[in-house]
Amino acid sequence: MNKTLIQIARLTGLLLLQVWVINNIRLGGYVNPFVYVLFIMMLPIAVPGWLLLISAFGVGMIMDIFMSTAGLHSAALLLMAFTRPAVIRLITGSSIPENISYPSISQMGDRGWISYTLVMVLIYHGSLFLLESFSFQQIEYTFLRIILSSIASAIIILLLSYLFVNRSAKGLFP
Amino acid sequence: MKTLIRFLQKHHFVLLFISLEIVSILLLSRSHSYHRAVLTHATNNITGKLYEWNNTMGSYLSLHKQNQMLQQQNAVLLEELNQYKTNSDYFDSMNQPAIFEFIPARVISNTVHLRNNYFIINKGVSDGIRQDMGVISPEGIAGIIIGTSAHYSTALSLLHRYASLSVRLQNSGQLANLKWEGGSYTQGEIVDIPTHVQVNKGDTIVTSGHSFVFPEGMPVGIVEEFIPSTHGGLNSAYIRFSTDFNSLRQVYIIKNTHKEELDTIENTMIHE
Repeated sequence: MNKTLIQIARLTGLLLLQVWVINNIRLGGYVNPFVYVLFIMMLPIAVPGWLLLISAFGVGMIMDIFMSTAGLHSAALLLMAFTRPAVIRLITGSSIPENISYPSISQMGDRGWISYTLVMVLIYHGSLFLLESFSFQQIEYTFLRIILSSIASAIIILLLSYLFVNRSAKGLFP
Repeated sequence: MKTLIRFLQKHHFVLLFISLEIVSILLLSRSHSYHRAVLTHATNNITGKLYEWNNTMGSYLSLHKQNQMLQQQNAVLLEELNQYKTNSDYFDSMNQPAIFEFIPARVISNTVHLRNNYFIINKGVSDGIRQDMGVISPEGIAGIIIGTSAHYSTALSLLHRYASLSVRLQNSGQLANLKWEGGSYTQGEIVDIPTHVQVNKGDTIVTSGHSFVFPEGMPVGIVEEFIPSTHGGLNSAYIRFSTDFNSLRQVYIIKNTHKEELDTIENTMIHE
């Protein structure tokens, strides 16, 4: 399959999963996982910086339209995309690792992938909920939401990546 | 010029990030007031359609509960009708023009867990829905329409930072204001209760009817906990919403047929 087509299919799948399934999870108001960020997490390592940022902005905007929140998701997803190269460098030891073409469980290994997921998800949910509350009132409540939602997102993302793991690296979630 | 281009090339990643982030934050800050939320709101037929597909799939699962709720509502309405019939000697209801009309609709998308929540309904401009109309559920009030497209509308839920509502304590007739400070979707807060007013657990809170959006006396919630002010100001109280926002499905949009007239009066009062 064409590489661009794979990305579009993955994006559509993740957005529908987010809007139709994940957004209906309501556990006491604290747990709001957002797993569509997996799309930005799994873009190829060699993707140009501008394309990475523009995609994050665009995908965040789509989420904003669905959630009726102007600018909120795009701001959080942009920050996550901006920190992505640094996080990859931190985890793999080089900014353009030779043995990895895109971040995935089969290429980064279990430990690398789990820490990558945790860091990315924490950055996204942290900025998202802080921007959403837009104040330092009820900061404990906001922090609890950040921690619990990040854990929930990370678990769902890890489950997804184990479910669709494909050692030959040709499927939607290689 | 050359150095500028080289600078842009070298730092394009950071610069692009900063400019896109500024655009996002601007959009976000523009939406941080009630009226601007209304202005920048995009209700669009594509998202409406997507939510509707999902809703038709999911609605089968709750048919039993929905039936029960509609039956309950029927019972209440029949009772009320009965009262009107017996009182018809004193009060000719047929000659009273109805001020409020009710348009039934179905909620096709809803959130309760965010700081600011909205829900989308499957009726729009072509069904007579306009901005600023009230939305009620069979149990109590639910929200206000803020955006409309041809066949769908978005409503601002009571579970929103800018959802503020004038309410009345049913026992004493005193006015207060309803707010939602986040947290549980079952609990709201009544503020600005005058200090001389006695509020007890279990008191009923109803709409005041001062906003022309909701008729007077619609149920809002039941007082759960009274909070006396610590520094001699106005008291507040926690209430349990009558509406279960998590299971919101069947709603009615309230159309005030005298709204334009009332608005004109209000405007002349402001301008003079």
